[in-house]
Amino acid sequence: MARSVAQLAALDRAANTRARVVGLAGRAVLGTLLVLLALVWLAPIVWTVSTSLRTPAQSFSLPPKWLPTDWAVGNYGQVFERVPFAPILANSVKVSLAIVLGQLVTASMAGYAFARLRFPGKNVLFVLLMASLMVPGQATIIPVFLLVKWFGLADTLWSLILPAWVTAFGVFFMRQAFLQIPQEMVDAAKIDGANQWQIFARVFVPLTTGPMAVLAILSFNTFWNEFFRPLIFLSSQTNFTLPLGLVALQGYLGTGSLSIVLAGVVISMVPVLLIFVFAQRYVIEGIARTGVKG
Amino acid sequence: MARREALTGYLFILPTYLGFLLFVLGPVTASLGLSLFDWDLLAQQAPRFVGSRNFADLAADARLLTSFRNTLTFVVGAVGLEITIALLLAVAVQGIRSRPLTYFLRTSFFVPLTLSGAAVAVVLSYLFQKEFGVLNYYLTLVGGPRIPWLAASGWSLVAVIFASTWRSLGFNFIIFVAGVQNISRDMYEAAEIDGAGAWAKLSHVTIPLLSPTILFVTVIGVIGALQVFEQPFIMTRGGPGDSSRTVVMIIYESAFQNLAIGYGAAIASLLFVLIMAFTLLQFWLARRWVHYG
Repeated sequence: MARSVAQLAALDRAANTRARVVGLAGRAVLGTLLVLLALVWLAPIVWTVSTSLRTPAQSFSLPPKWLPTDWAVGNYGQVFERVPFAPILANSVKVSLAIVLGQLVTASMAGYAFARLRFPGKNVLFVLLMASLMVPGQATIIPVFLLVKWFGLADTLWSLILPAWVTAFGVFFMRQAFLQIPQEMVDAAKIDGANQWQIFARVFVPLTTGPMAVLAILSFNTFWNEFFRPLIFLSSQTNFTLPLGLVALQGYLGTGSLSIVLAGVVISMVPVLLIFVFAQRYVIEGIARTGVKG
Repeated sequence: MARREALTGYLFILPTYLGFLLFVLGPVTASLGLSLFDWDLLAQQAPRFVGSRNFADLAADARLLTSFRNTLTFVVGAVGLEITIALLLAVAVQGIRSRPLTYFLRTSFFVPLTLSGAAVAVVLSYLFQKEFGVLNYYLTLVGGPRIPWLAASGWSLVAVIFASTWRSLGFNFIIFVAGVQNISRDMYEAAEIDGAGAWAKLSHVTIPLLSPTILFVTVIGVIGALQVFEQPFIMTRGGPGDSSRTVVMIIYESAFQNLAIGYGAAIASLLFVLIMAFTLLQFWLARRWVHYG
């Protein structure tokens, strides 16, 4: 009897090992498939970077070469000659930063009021503001364009910046962050004689730099890549932002080279890629949080 | 004290509310109002009240009808693909134990999202090229046909859907990965004891428990997809013919190229109502199939 118990145990162990081996093999197959798919997903970006470094004669070469061959760095200089790319790049930086900074101010102030202050009509005002999350940009674009023209801001960067300082999403996001700060911190500050503004600036703002970074990154990404409003509001090339600049650059393809257009694409994607690499945690967290708590 | 606090509250929301009234609430109302006027900026003529005539014109506009059909096809195709693939990927990645590998996969699927829609459209329009495109090169290599992705009316919308899916998949993927992580191990172990295989676990555990997240992603996806503009605008210019022309492209052409402000506003209002209706419909449907844990 004793032997058969040992035998059973051995059989059991063997079955376990077999299950583990099958599981391991399954995971290896799964992992390989996923890596292949990920490589396919990255392929357009790899192709863009390596083609941006090819001489014009080589840029349409087939079979496609996935690694840079010619290192034709001059393509990057050409980008700045075909279209006024230096001002275009500067415009994108100015517009995105101005919008992000403005949104941080307006959203954190309103978010704080809706989270921590009592005033008549607060709930109605909050719900009304949140309803604007359901309003698509196209539903307002015609009157906003007329307004911008009437203010004399057509074809200026301010036409993009000013209307973007309202962010219902940002207010919602910052309100959530401020709600999580314990009341004791507020009481302690009050005992020290701090007024509402000081409590906001010295207690709440320093404690919510994480959420503010998430909001800043999401919003920078949105406005760096924005296409529809710039297309409508801006008309002269020197006032363009990057996405419009890329389309202008593509328009020269007839006379120019694919490599130069792709060099422009690479320049436009570097800042957001860098932000993503260095702040991946914030980006992922921000998106995951909006979705799961949704 | 309470009055001071109330005053501070109003001051704090003032910048946001001024902007909200000026750039959101005012314009939405104005857009609905403008749709009742005939206002041709090109002719420098004053707005003239025409009641519902713009809407009567809409109904008879064959191109607009086509653009609505294209937009709906795009919504179903792009949102369907993005959700299905992202969900399967998220579940598959769950089975990967290696952290660096998970990091690599997450990054790969997410990176296209950081590019502008314009950059994606520019790059993919070269890859989709019929003669010199990389995609057709590999397709023909494995014996497939040389597909006129951007040059045939049956394919242009498909190319736009693929381009959009490539860019947006990462958003859904990240949200699903976070959602899947929230599902307790116990649920899967219980299912395994009941003899559930991979497919049963997906359909009886993962999908039901993820349904609020799936709903959220669907609503966001549909709202975004109904406004599709830059991919077809850059990749196909709406063509060939009107085969990939979308509703927002028609709004853009009417209001900002032909300067028919009233007519453009009427289409914009219609799209606005459609988006609201879709959102409400999805929340209504949700009550019937979403499982809130």
